[in-house]
Amino acid sequence: MLERNDRVRFEEIVLPHLDAAFNLARWLLRGRADAEDVTQEAVLRAYRFFGAFRAGDARAWLLQIVRNCCFTWLQKNRPMEDLTELQEEFLPVERDTPETLAIAKSDREDLTRALEQLPAHFREVLVLRELEGCSYKEIAEITSRPMGTVMSSLARARQQLRQALLHSSSKEARHEL
Amino acid sequence: MSCELSRTHLHAYLDGELDAPAASSFEQHLASCHECTSALANEQALRASFARSNLYERAPAGLRQKISASLPVVTSETARRAIPWRWPVLVAASLLFAFLGWQFFSGALHRPAQTAFANAILDAHLRSLQPGHLTDVESTDQHTVKPWFDGKIDFAPPVRDFAAAGFPLVGGRLDVVDGQTVAVLVYGRRKHFVNVFVWKATDTKPWTGSGAAQGYHWLAWEKDSLYFCAISDAVPADLDQLKQLIQSE
Repeated sequence: MLERNDRVRFEEIVLPHLDAAFNLARWLLRGRADAEDVTQEAVLRAYRFFGAFRAGDARAWLLQIVRNCCFTWLQKNRPMEDLTELQEEFLPVERDTPETLAIAKSDREDLTRALEQLPAHFREVLVLRELEGCSYKEIAEITSRPMGTVMSSLARARQQLRQALLHSSSKEARHEL
Repeated sequence: MSCELSRTHLHAYLDGELDAPAASSFEQHLASCHECTSALANEQALRASFARSNLYERAPAGLRQKISASLPVVTSETARRAIPWRWPVLVAASLLFAFLGWQFFSGALHRPAQTAFANAILDAHLRSLQPGHLTDVESTDQHTVKPWFDGKIDFAPPVRDFAAAGFPLVGGRLDVVDGQTVAVLVYGRRKHFVNVFVWKATDTKPWTGSGAAQGYHWLAWEKDSLYFCAISDAVPADLDQLKQLIQSE
Protein backbone atom coordinates (compact mmCIF):
# COMPACT_ATOMS: atom_id res chain seq x y z
CA MET A 1 0.00 0.00 0.00
CA LEU A 2 1.29 3.38 -0.94
CA GLU A 3 1.85 5.96 1.73
CA ARG A 4 -0.12 9.16 1.68
CA ASN A 5 2.88 11.23 0.62
CA ASP A 6 3.46 8.79 -2.24
CA ARG A 7 0.09 9.83 -3.57
CA VAL A 8 1.07 13.48 -3.32
CA ARG A 9 4.37 12.71 -5.07
CA PHE A 10 2.51 10.81 -7.77
CA GLU A 11 0.20 13.77 -8.34
CA GLU A 12 3.17 16.11 -8.47
CA ILE A 13 5.60 14.23 -10.68
CA VAL A 14 3.57 11.78 -12.76
CA LEU A 15 0.14 13.35 -13.34
CA PRO A 16 1.59 16.49 -14.99
CA HIS A 17 2.48 14.17 -17.89
CA LEU A 18 -1.12 13.17 -18.46
CA ASP A 19 -1.30 15.13 -21.71
CA ALA A 20 1.76 13.31 -23.02
CA ALA A 21 0.20 9.99 -22.03
CA PHE A 22 -3.09 10.80 -23.69
CA ASN A 23 -1.48 12.15 -26.85
CA LEU A 24 0.61 9.00 -27.33
CA ALA A 25 -2.42 6.76 -26.71
CA ARG A 26 -4.57 8.82 -29.05
CA TRP A 27 -2.13 8.36 -31.94
CA LEU A 28 -1.37 4.72 -31.20
CA LEU A 29 -5.06 3.81 -30.93
CA ARG A 30 -6.27 6.37 -33.50
CA GLY A 31 -9.18 7.54 -31.41
CA ARG A 32 -9.88 9.76 -28.44
CA ALA A 33 -12.45 7.57 -26.70
CA ASP A 34 -10.23 4.47 -26.67
CA ALA A 35 -7.26 6.65 -25.75
CA GLU A 36 -9.14 7.95 -22.73
CA ASP A 37 -9.89 4.44 -21.47
CA VAL A 38 -6.38 3.11 -22.03
CA THR A 39 -4.73 6.23 -20.57
CA GLN A 40 -6.77 5.88 -17.42
CA GLU A 41 -5.89 2.20 -17.16
CA ALA A 42 -2.20 2.98 -17.74
CA VAL A 43 -2.08 5.75 -15.12
CA LEU A 44 -3.75 3.54 -12.52
CA ARG A 45 -1.24 0.83 -13.36
CA ALA A 46 1.56 3.37 -12.99
CA TYR A 47 0.13 4.30 -9.59
CA ARG A 48 0.20 0.67 -8.49
CA PHE A 49 3.82 0.33 -9.53
CA PHE A 50 4.83 3.77 -8.31
CA GLY A 51 6.66 2.21 -5.39
CA ALA A 52 9.19 0.87 -7.88
CA PHE A 53 9.80 4.32 -9.37
CA ARG A 54 12.18 6.30 -7.20
CA ALA A 55 13.95 8.79 -9.40
CA GLY A 56 14.57 9.52 -13.04
CA ASP A 57 12.47 10.67 -15.95
CA ALA A 58 8.83 10.42 -14.85
CA ARG A 59 7.53 11.22 -18.33
CA ALA A 60 9.53 8.44 -19.99
CA TRP A 61 8.51 6.05 -17.22
CA LEU A 62 4.81 6.84 -17.66
CA LEU A 63 4.98 6.77 -21.46
CA GLN A 64 6.60 3.35 -21.36
CA ILE A 65 3.64 2.03 -19.37
CA VAL A 66 1.18 3.79 -21.68
CA ARG A 67 2.68 2.36 -24.85
CA ASN A 68 2.78 -1.13 -23.41
CA CYS A 69 -0.90 -0.86 -22.44
CA CYS A 70 -1.67 0.45 -25.94
CA PHE A 71 0.05 -2.42 -27.73
CA THR A 72 -1.62 -4.96 -25.48
CA TRP A 73 -4.96 -3.29 -26.20
CA LEU A 74 -4.32 -3.29 -29.95
CA GLN A 75 -3.43 -6.98 -29.95
CA LYS A 76 -6.63 -7.79 -28.12
CA ASN A 77 -9.09 -5.40 -29.74
CA ARG A 78 -7.72 -4.81 -33.22
CA PRO A 79 -6.37 -8.13 -34.43
CA MET A 80 -6.09 -6.70 -37.95
CA GLU A 81 -3.83 -3.86 -36.82
CA ASP A 82 -0.42 -3.83 -38.47
CA LEU A 83 2.03 -4.38 -35.63
CA THR A 84 5.03 -4.91 -37.90
CA GLU A 85 8.18 -4.06 -36.00
CA LEU A 86 10.50 -1.52 -37.51
CA GLN A 87 13.25 -3.27 -39.40
CA GLU A 88 16.70 -2.26 -38.40
CA GLU A 89 18.20 -2.20 -41.85
CA PHE A 90 17.67 0.85 -43.99
CA LEU A 91 15.51 1.02 -47.03
CA PRO A 92 17.30 2.91 -49.76
CA VAL A 93 15.93 6.42 -49.85
CA GLU A 94 14.24 7.23 -53.13
CA ARG A 95 15.94 9.56 -55.52
CA ASP A 96 15.29 13.26 -55.63
CA THR A 97 11.69 13.98 -56.34
CA PRO A 98 9.76 17.24 -56.17
CA GLU A 99 8.42 15.98 -52.87
CA THR A 100 9.55 18.95 -50.80
CA LEU A 101 6.93 21.02 -52.53
CA ALA A 102 4.17 18.47 -51.99
CA ILE A 103 5.06 18.13 -48.32
CA ALA A 104 5.24 21.87 -47.92
CA LYS A 105 1.67 22.10 -49.22
CA SER A 106 0.30 19.37 -46.96
CA ASP A 107 -2.12 20.49 -44.29
CA ARG A 108 -3.21 19.13 -40.93
CA GLU A 109 -5.72 16.78 -42.48
CA ASP A 110 -3.19 15.32 -44.95
CA LEU A 111 -0.67 14.76 -42.20
CA THR A 112 -3.22 13.17 -39.86
CA ARG A 113 -4.37 10.82 -42.60
CA ALA A 114 -0.82 9.89 -43.59
CA LEU A 115 0.27 9.34 -39.99
CA GLU A 116 -2.73 7.14 -39.24
CA GLN A 117 -1.94 4.96 -42.26
CA LEU A 118 1.43 3.95 -40.85
CA PRO A 119 1.94 0.83 -38.76
CA ALA A 120 1.69 1.52 -35.02
CA HIS A 121 5.43 1.19 -34.33
CA PHE A 122 6.15 3.83 -36.98
CA ARG A 123 3.52 6.18 -35.57
CA GLU A 124 4.98 5.69 -32.13
CA VAL A 125 8.50 6.95 -32.88
CA LEU A 126 7.16 9.86 -34.92
CA VAL A 127 4.76 10.97 -32.20
CA LEU A 128 7.46 10.70 -29.54
CA ARG A 129 9.97 12.67 -31.60
CA GLU A 130 7.86 15.22 -33.49
CA LEU A 131 4.98 15.84 -31.08
CA GLU A 132 6.47 15.00 -27.71
CA GLY A 133 9.97 16.28 -28.50
CA CYS A 134 11.68 13.25 -26.93
CA SER A 135 15.42 12.74 -27.33
CA TYR A 136 16.79 9.52 -28.83
CA LYS A 137 17.71 8.40 -25.34
CA GLU A 138 14.16 8.91 -24.09
CA ILE A 139 12.68 7.15 -27.11
CA ALA A 140 15.02 4.23 -26.49
CA GLU A 141 13.86 4.07 -22.89
CA ILE A 142 10.16 4.34 -23.68
CA THR A 143 10.14 1.83 -26.52
CA SER A 144 12.71 -0.55 -24.98
CA ARG A 145 14.82 -0.39 -28.12
CA PRO A 146 18.58 -0.18 -28.16
CA MET A 147 19.69 3.43 -28.43
CA GLY A 148 21.53 2.65 -31.67
CA THR A 149 18.38 1.70 -33.57
CA VAL A 150 16.30 4.74 -32.64
CA MET A 151 17.76 6.87 -35.41
CA SER A 152 17.27 4.25 -38.11
CA SER A 153 13.72 3.61 -36.86
CA LEU A 154 12.94 7.29 -37.12
CA ALA A 155 14.53 7.57 -40.55
CA ARG A 156 12.37 4.73 -41.81
CA ALA A 157 9.23 6.04 -40.19
CA ARG A 158 9.80 9.46 -41.73
CA GLN A 159 10.37 7.95 -45.12
CA GLN A 160 7.12 6.00 -44.85
CA LEU A 161 5.28 9.09 -43.74
CA ARG A 162 6.60 11.13 -46.66
CA GLN A 163 5.53 8.40 -49.05
CA ALA A 164 2.07 8.30 -47.51
CA LEU A 165 1.84 12.08 -47.82
CA LEU A 166 2.95 12.03 -51.45
CA HIS A 167 0.54 9.24 -52.21
CA SER A 168 -2.39 11.17 -50.80
CA SER A 169 -1.37 14.38 -52.52
CA SER A 170 -0.98 12.66 -55.92
CA LYS A 171 -4.41 11.12 -55.44
CA GLU A 172 -5.80 14.56 -54.73
CA ALA A 173 -4.10 15.93 -57.83
CA ARG A 174 -5.74 13.24 -59.94
CA HIS A 175 -9.03 13.97 -58.28
CA GLU A 176 -8.73 17.63 -59.17
CA LEU A 177 -8.10 16.76 -62.84
CA MET B 1 20.99 7.65 -52.25
CA SER B 2 24.61 6.74 -52.22
CA CYS B 3 26.07 9.18 -49.72
CA GLU B 4 26.98 7.27 -46.59
CA LEU B 5 26.58 10.29 -44.33
CA SER B 6 22.95 10.73 -45.33
CA ARG B 7 22.36 7.34 -43.73
CA THR B 8 24.47 7.74 -40.65
CA HIS B 9 24.30 11.45 -39.79
CA LEU B 10 21.41 13.21 -41.45
CA HIS B 11 18.64 12.36 -38.98
CA ALA B 12 20.85 12.75 -35.94
CA TYR B 13 21.78 16.18 -37.28
CA LEU B 14 18.14 17.08 -37.91
CA ASP B 15 17.21 15.96 -34.40
CA GLY B 16 20.02 17.83 -32.70
CA GLU B 17 21.62 14.60 -31.51
CA LEU B 18 25.10 15.24 -32.91
CA ASP B 19 27.70 16.81 -30.69
CA ALA B 20 29.08 20.16 -31.79
CA PRO B 21 32.17 18.90 -33.71
CA ALA B 22 30.15 16.24 -35.54
CA ALA B 23 27.41 18.74 -36.36
CA SER B 24 29.84 21.26 -37.72
CA SER B 25 31.66 18.71 -39.88
CA PHE B 26 28.30 17.52 -41.21
CA GLU B 27 27.46 21.13 -42.08
CA GLN B 28 30.70 21.36 -44.03
CA HIS B 29 29.75 18.18 -45.82
CA LEU B 30 26.32 19.65 -46.67
CA ALA B 31 27.96 22.50 -48.52
CA SER B 32 29.39 20.07 -51.05
CA CYS B 33 26.86 17.20 -51.10
CA HIS B 34 23.77 17.79 -53.14
CA GLU B 35 22.15 14.53 -52.04
CA CYS B 36 22.37 15.30 -48.37
CA THR B 37 21.22 18.88 -48.91
CA SER B 38 18.08 17.86 -50.73
CA ALA B 39 17.38 14.98 -48.35
CA LEU B 40 17.69 17.39 -45.44
CA ALA B 41 15.33 19.83 -47.17
CA ASN B 42 12.75 17.03 -47.44
CA GLU B 43 13.06 16.17 -43.78
CA GLN B 44 12.83 19.81 -42.79
CA ALA B 45 9.70 20.23 -44.91
CA LEU B 46 8.19 17.27 -43.08
CA ARG B 47 9.12 18.74 -39.73
CA ALA B 48 7.65 22.11 -40.74
CA SER B 49 4.46 20.31 -41.67
CA PHE B 50 4.32 18.82 -38.15
CA ALA B 51 4.95 22.21 -36.61
CA ARG B 52 2.21 23.78 -38.71
CA SER B 53 -0.35 21.07 -38.11
CA ASN B 54 -0.28 21.11 -34.33
CA LEU B 55 -1.35 17.49 -33.98
CA TYR B 56 -0.71 17.33 -30.24
CA GLU B 57 -3.91 16.28 -28.49
CA ARG B 58 -4.27 17.12 -24.83
CA ALA B 59 -6.11 14.98 -22.34
CA PRO B 60 -9.73 16.03 -21.90
CA ALA B 61 -10.24 17.89 -18.63
CA GLY B 62 -12.67 15.25 -17.41
CA LEU B 63 -10.02 12.54 -17.66
CA ARG B 64 -7.74 14.26 -15.17
CA GLN B 65 -10.58 14.52 -12.69
CA LYS B 66 -11.68 10.95 -13.33
CA ILE B 67 -8.16 9.68 -12.67
CA SER B 68 -7.65 11.81 -9.56
CA ALA B 69 -10.94 10.55 -8.21
CA SER B 70 -10.12 6.91 -8.90
CA LEU B 71 -6.66 6.84 -7.32
CA PRO B 72 -7.05 4.70 -4.24
CA VAL B 73 -6.69 6.74 -1.06
CA VAL B 74 -4.83 5.56 2.00
CA THR B 75 -7.67 5.01 4.44
CA SER B 76 -7.52 5.82 8.12
CA GLU B 77 -8.10 2.09 8.64
CA THR B 78 -4.82 1.13 7.00
CA ALA B 79 -3.04 4.04 8.61
CA ARG B 80 -4.17 2.83 12.00
CA ARG B 81 -2.94 -0.68 11.34
CA ALA B 82 0.32 0.56 9.96
CA ILE B 83 1.20 2.87 12.83
CA PRO B 84 0.90 1.29 16.29
CA TRP B 85 2.44 4.40 17.89
CA ARG B 86 -0.29 6.63 16.56
CA TRP B 87 -1.37 8.15 19.91
CA PRO B 88 1.86 10.01 20.63
CA VAL B 89 1.88 11.10 17.02
CA LEU B 90 -1.70 12.32 17.21
CA VAL B 91 -1.00 14.26 20.38
CA ALA B 92 2.13 15.82 18.90
CA ALA B 93 0.24 16.60 15.70
CA SER B 94 -2.63 18.23 17.58
CA LEU B 95 -0.18 20.38 19.52
CA LEU B 96 1.59 21.32 16.32
CA PHE B 97 -1.67 22.17 14.57
CA ALA B 98 -2.84 24.18 17.55
CA PHE B 99 0.43 26.09 17.47
CA LEU B 100 0.29 26.64 13.71
CA GLY B 101 -3.37 27.60 13.97
CA TRP B 102 -2.52 30.20 16.54
CA GLN B 103 0.46 31.40 14.50
CA PHE B 104 -1.52 31.86 11.37
CA PHE B 105 -4.84 32.76 12.89
CA SER B 106 -5.06 36.22 11.42
CA GLY B 107 -3.73 35.11 8.07
CA ALA B 108 -6.03 32.12 7.98
CA LEU B 109 -9.15 34.26 8.12
CA HIS B 110 -9.11 34.88 4.40
CA ARG B 111 -7.90 31.39 3.58
CA PRO B 112 -11.27 29.86 2.61
CA ALA B 113 -11.76 32.71 0.17
CA GLN B 114 -8.31 32.01 -1.23
CA THR B 115 -9.08 28.32 -1.70
CA ALA B 116 -12.35 29.20 -3.41
CA PHE B 117 -10.49 31.55 -5.72
CA ALA B 118 -7.82 28.94 -6.48
CA ASN B 119 -10.57 26.49 -7.36
CA ALA B 120 -12.24 29.08 -9.58
CA ILE B 121 -8.91 29.70 -11.33
CA LEU B 122 -8.38 25.96 -11.79
CA ASP B 123 -11.86 25.62 -13.30
CA ALA B 124 -11.16 28.53 -15.65
CA HIS B 125 -7.83 26.95 -16.61
CA LEU B 126 -9.45 23.58 -17.37
CA ARG B 127 -12.19 25.32 -19.37
CA SER B 128 -9.58 27.18 -21.40
CA LEU B 129 -7.96 23.89 -22.44
CA GLN B 130 -11.16 22.72 -24.12
CA PRO B 131 -10.86 23.07 -27.91
CA GLY B 132 -11.32 26.67 -29.04
CA HIS B 133 -11.38 28.23 -25.57
CA LEU B 134 -7.74 29.11 -25.06
CA THR B 135 -7.53 32.55 -26.65
CA ASP B 136 -9.79 35.37 -27.84
CA VAL B 137 -6.87 37.04 -29.53
CA GLU B 138 -4.25 34.66 -30.83
CA SER B 139 -0.93 36.29 -31.52
CA THR B 140 2.68 36.00 -30.53
CA ASP B 141 2.98 39.75 -30.97
CA GLN B 142 2.66 41.70 -27.75
CA HIS B 143 1.73 44.79 -29.76
CA THR B 144 -1.33 42.95 -31.04
CA VAL B 145 -2.36 41.37 -27.76
CA LYS B 146 -1.91 44.41 -25.52
CA PRO B 147 -4.17 46.83 -27.45
CA TRP B 148 -6.79 44.10 -27.74
CA PHE B 149 -7.49 44.50 -24.01
CA ASP B 150 -8.08 48.26 -24.41
CA GLY B 151 -11.64 49.21 -23.64
CA LYS B 152 -12.55 45.72 -22.52
CA ILE B 153 -11.20 46.09 -19.00
CA ASP B 154 -10.37 49.09 -16.85
CA PHE B 155 -6.71 48.24 -16.31
CA ALA B 156 -3.77 47.46 -18.58
CA PRO B 157 -2.17 44.07 -17.98
CA PRO B 158 1.56 43.94 -18.79
CA VAL B 159 1.82 41.98 -22.03
CA ARG B 160 5.21 40.81 -23.19
CA ASP B 161 6.51 37.93 -25.24
CA PHE B 162 9.16 35.82 -23.49
CA ALA B 163 9.91 33.47 -26.39
CA ALA B 164 13.64 33.99 -25.91
CA ALA B 165 13.36 32.67 -22.36
CA GLY B 166 11.24 29.69 -23.45
CA PHE B 167 7.82 31.18 -22.76
CA PRO B 168 6.39 32.26 -26.13
CA LEU B 169 3.27 34.42 -25.94
CA VAL B 170 0.34 32.52 -27.43
CA GLY B 171 -2.40 35.12 -27.01
CA GLY B 172 -4.88 36.59 -24.59
CA ARG B 173 -8.52 36.37 -23.60
CA LEU B 174 -11.05 37.68 -21.15
CA ASP B 175 -12.43 35.38 -18.53
CA VAL B 176 -14.75 35.62 -15.58
CA VAL B 177 -13.44 34.18 -12.34
CA ASP B 178 -15.54 34.23 -9.23
CA GLY B 179 -17.80 36.89 -10.72
CA GLN B 180 -14.89 39.15 -11.63
CA THR B 181 -13.72 39.98 -15.14
CA VAL B 182 -10.06 39.12 -15.53
CA ALA B 183 -7.49 39.39 -18.29
CA VAL B 184 -5.69 36.18 -19.19
CA LEU B 185 -2.32 35.99 -20.90
CA VAL B 186 -1.53 32.64 -22.45
CA TYR B 187 2.05 31.46 -22.70
CA GLY B 188 3.51 28.28 -24.11
CA ARG B 189 6.02 26.26 -22.14
CA ARG B 190 7.43 23.32 -24.07
CA LYS B 191 4.28 21.25 -24.66
CA HIS B 192 2.32 22.98 -21.92
CA PHE B 193 0.20 26.07 -21.71
CA VAL B 194 0.43 28.56 -18.89
CA ASN B 195 -2.55 30.78 -18.17
CA VAL B 196 -1.65 33.99 -16.35
CA PHE B 197 -4.77 35.56 -14.83
CA VAL B 198 -4.48 39.28 -14.13
CA TRP B 199 -7.03 41.35 -12.25
CA LYS B 200 -7.25 44.58 -10.35
CA ALA B 201 -6.55 44.44 -6.65
CA THR B 202 -9.86 45.35 -5.06
CA ASP B 203 -9.52 43.29 -1.93
CA THR B 204 -7.38 44.94 0.74
CA LYS B 205 -5.69 41.65 1.58
CA PRO B 206 -3.06 40.57 -0.92
CA TRP B 207 -3.85 37.25 -2.51
CA THR B 208 -0.52 35.51 -2.89
CA GLY B 209 0.95 32.09 -2.49
CA SER B 210 1.12 28.85 -4.40
CA GLY B 211 -0.50 25.48 -4.43
CA ALA B 212 -1.33 22.38 -6.40
CA ALA B 213 -4.53 20.59 -7.26
CA GLN B 214 -5.34 17.76 -9.64
CA GLY B 215 -1.86 17.78 -11.11
CA TYR B 216 -1.87 21.53 -11.79
CA HIS B 217 0.26 24.10 -10.02
CA TRP B 218 -0.63 27.71 -9.38
CA LEU B 219 1.41 30.63 -8.21
CA ALA B 220 -0.12 33.98 -7.23
CA TRP B 221 1.49 37.33 -6.53
CA GLU B 222 0.74 41.01 -6.39
CA LYS B 223 2.46 43.82 -8.21
CA ASP B 224 1.51 47.46 -8.82
CA SER B 225 -2.03 46.98 -7.52
CA LEU B 226 -2.59 44.05 -9.87
CA TYR B 227 -2.99 40.46 -8.82
CA PHE B 228 -1.44 37.73 -10.91
CA CYS B 229 -2.06 34.01 -10.84
CA ALA B 230 -0.14 31.66 -13.15
CA ILE B 231 -1.47 28.13 -13.51
CA SER B 232 -0.26 25.20 -15.56
CA ASP B 233 0.59 21.53 -15.57
CA ALA B 234 4.21 22.56 -16.16
CA VAL B 235 6.59 22.11 -13.22
CA PRO B 236 6.41 24.71 -10.39
CA ALA B 237 9.93 25.96 -11.25
CA ASP B 238 8.59 27.06 -14.65
CA LEU B 239 5.92 29.17 -12.96
CA ASP B 240 8.56 30.78 -10.74
CA GLN B 241 10.63 31.59 -13.79
CA LEU B 242 7.66 33.10 -15.60
CA LYS B 243 6.83 35.18 -12.53
CA GLN B 244 10.39 36.57 -12.50
CA LEU B 245 10.09 37.42 -16.19
CA ILE B 246 6.76 39.19 -15.73
CA GLN B 247 8.05 41.09 -12.73
CA SER B 248 11.24 42.21 -14.42
CA GLU B 249 10.77 45.52 -16.17
